[in-house]
Amino acid sequence: MTTRTTILSLPKEEYVHPGNRACTGCSLGIAYRIGLKALGPDTILIVPPSCLTVLQGLFPVASTKLPSLNVTFASTAAAATGVLEALKAQGREHTKVVAWAGDGGTADIGIQSLSGAAERGDDFLFMCYDNEGYMNTGVQRSGTTPQGAITANTPFKGKMQQRKDVAAIMTAHGIDYVATASASYPLDLYDKIKKAITLKGVKYIHIHTPCPPGWGFDTRYAVKVGELAVETGYLDLYEVEKGEFRLTGASAKTLEKGTRKPVREYLQTQSRFRIMSPEQAADAQARVDATWSTYSSGEG
Amino acid sequence: MGTRGYRYKTSHSLPGPGDGGNTGSWRVQRPVIDLTRCTPAKRGAEACFACWLYCPDVVVSRTIPPEIDYKYCKGCGICAEECPTKAIAMVDESVYHEHVEG
Amino acid sequence: MHIIETGNVAAALGVKLAGVQVVAAYPITPQTPLTEKLSELIEAGEMDARYVPVESEHSALAVCIGASSAGARSFTATSANGLLYMHEQVHWAAGARLPIVMCVANRAVGAPWNIWNDHQDSISQRDTGWIQIYSCDHQQIIDDTLKAFRLAETTSIPVMVCYDGYLLSHTYMPFEVPEQEKVEQFLPPFHPSYALDPSSPANLNTVTLPEIRTDVHGEMAHGYMEIRYLLQEDLRKAVQVVEEIDAAFQEIFGRGGAPLVEPYRCDDAEYVVVGMGSLTYQLWDVIETLRTEGHKIGVLGVRLYRPFPDAAVAAALRGARGVFVMEKALSYGYEGALCSDLKSALYDHIPDKSRAPFVKGLVAGIGGREIRTADLTDTLRSGLVGSIPEPGWIGIQL
Repeated sequence: MTTRTTILSLPKEEYVHPGNRACTGCSLGIAYRIGLKALGPDTILIVPPSCLTVLQGLFPVASTKLPSLNVTFASTAAAATGVLEALKAQGREHTKVVAWAGDGGTADIGIQSLSGAAERGDDFLFMCYDNEGYMNTGVQRSGTTPQGAITANTPFKGKMQQRKDVAAIMTAHGIDYVATASASYPLDLYDKIKKAITLKGVKYIHIHTPCPPGWGFDTRYAVKVGELAVETGYLDLYEVEKGEFRLTGASAKTLEKGTRKPVREYLQTQSRFRIMSPEQAADAQARVDATWSTYSSGEG
Repeated sequence: MGTRGYRYKTSHSLPGPGDGGNTGSWRVQRPVIDLTRCTPAKRGAEACFACWLYCPDVVVSRTIPPEIDYKYCKGCGICAEECPTKAIAMVDESVYHEHVEG
Repeated sequence: MHIIETGNVAAALGVKLAGVQVVAAYPITPQTPLTEKLSELIEAGEMDARYVPVESEHSALAVCIGASSAGARSFTATSANGLLYMHEQVHWAAGARLPIVMCVANRAVGAPWNIWNDHQDSISQRDTGWIQIYSCDHQQIIDDTLKAFRLAETTSIPVMVCYDGYLLSHTYMPFEVPEQEKVEQFLPPFHPSYALDPSSPANLNTVTLPEIRTDVHGEMAHGYMEIRYLLQEDLRKAVQVVEEIDAAFQEIFGRGGAPLVEPYRCDDAEYVVVGMGSLTYQLWDVIETLRTEGHKIGVLGVRLYRPFPDAAVAAALRGARGVFVMEKALSYGYEGALCSDLKSALYDHIPDKSRAPFVKGLVAGIGGREIRTADLTDTLRSGLVGSIPEPGWIGIQL
């Protein structure tokens, strides 16, 4: 990125009120707070049921200082299109339209309307915060829950299947901008949002948001767990801008350095992986290694 | 008192703090800043502010020194964990109250 | 202007005249020609609106919900399983009090697949909180569509304009197209009480508690129950609004009248046949035959189905000895929904039960089964002597 935002250059203005109902140590709180700074005040949000619904507040009190439309689970992207089209009809194109959904509302029940909007090229930003499960309903597996994770409906054996790569699915739509990010790297997220909102069509940002109660770790490590995901290569920070892939921030540094921490170090931080078999852990490492073998320091 | 005269007929929420009440009451441990270690406090200049950046609950101010809004701080401890100079300690509320009251 | 066109085109012209700003639709037979026509008008620059070719009906209504929440006049149309696929959104639009208008070209629902006409699709949306109007001919389709926008925007309640698939959607009939100038006199621009706006931020449709709760100004705000009650209260009041809007329409266009129920030869009738949609006018022919045979029989067309105009229905049936309710839908496991509603109205409005008419529910035209005028005549003739063959499904061949 041309100019990197620093803590000191980050806008001071806050768009979230304190005293909201998010769980203690919820890293979505970080991503949301910093994300709204990047979006700025001239923004309308569209939100399906998710932990964010709870964070945003219960009638008649809203924790968010921006207008936000709550919509049905499957309809986030389509409702965003509706808001967008109304703004166009009214000559209010300057206002940014931003959908902000969880992984269930994106990867599972919301993917049809998201895919439709991406194919139509509707001009809004879709952000998925990925806490890797249906946390708001009590930690059930979702399409993005990783293999081996214990959830409320994979209670003894852990999830048997691999996580769904939504960023890759969105990249396959040929849209102008797809990025992955993490609540643990809020400045990288900030810069990606800033870039995304300058581009046309659906822009997609997938944000990893560690969840203390859902993943089983102490609240104080919410940022550390997310950092380990990146340092081990389990989660890569990247952007695909008009088809050009490049690693960003900590992932780019990891590539330069040439060594990654073992994935085991990330998995061990969370009780949800406590019954993961050695084969599954080895497979997780092998998949990361395979992905990273495709990265060359020449890129980006 | 009923709601017959209320201004909206739908769920129309207006922004304000404390939707979850005084969420400071959720806290088990309290972050306490040691100003002798805190970088902006020591330098008397804008610096670091990692505690402000990473706070999920908007309760750390971007001031010299940073201040914590205990009315709403849930006590997650992320600020203590992320502080590069280890200037923030998580103190058990019971210990803190004993100390203050004692 | 007088033209000869299909019912779908009549609806499309109504939507164009209404100055709709956002149209979203997904193809489904027999609605498709309506939204095809709109896309044509918009692409040709004859209509200044945004057309969103969504990937599903669920998204079609989602687009309207988003657009309406942001203050744009919004429209969609569908049929059958498309409407059922929208169902969650249908509830949502009413709960959010969005004045969306939707045309439903009525079609049977699967399984098994069937593309022909009955009313099961829209009747199954009866309890969603939408206003439902049933048009009986092409003139009513275009007029009802225009009135629907004023009605929706006056009451902050979405409106469904329902008309029979094929029988009305695809047949050609002459009708008068209102002049744009007069339409603008009838239908002012849409000014919502609130539209999503960063300069006045609000979070809409947020989780609402069972109990009432204080807002940020210290005022006591509704609980979920109060919000839902207000929808019910405003729906009940909408019966009168429908009449007022019809009167305003009549004043400008010289057409209309009978917006709740349309009685035909009911004044002296001992027996009344009740129906909805195009069947109503077919029944006019049937009772003419029966009248020549000396039977005092009339027809009551129900034009407004939700809110149910119970008082008007009961008033029109006062003095009748018997009522035949002929429906193209069923509340499976009991009887036709209109039949049940009508019985309720009679129970409430005729205190002396000894003076209440008998009510016989009949089913006709399910899945497009042809409704022959001769069969209707025979059935009613038997009904007058109390001998309709069970199960009262006209034309069934078991």
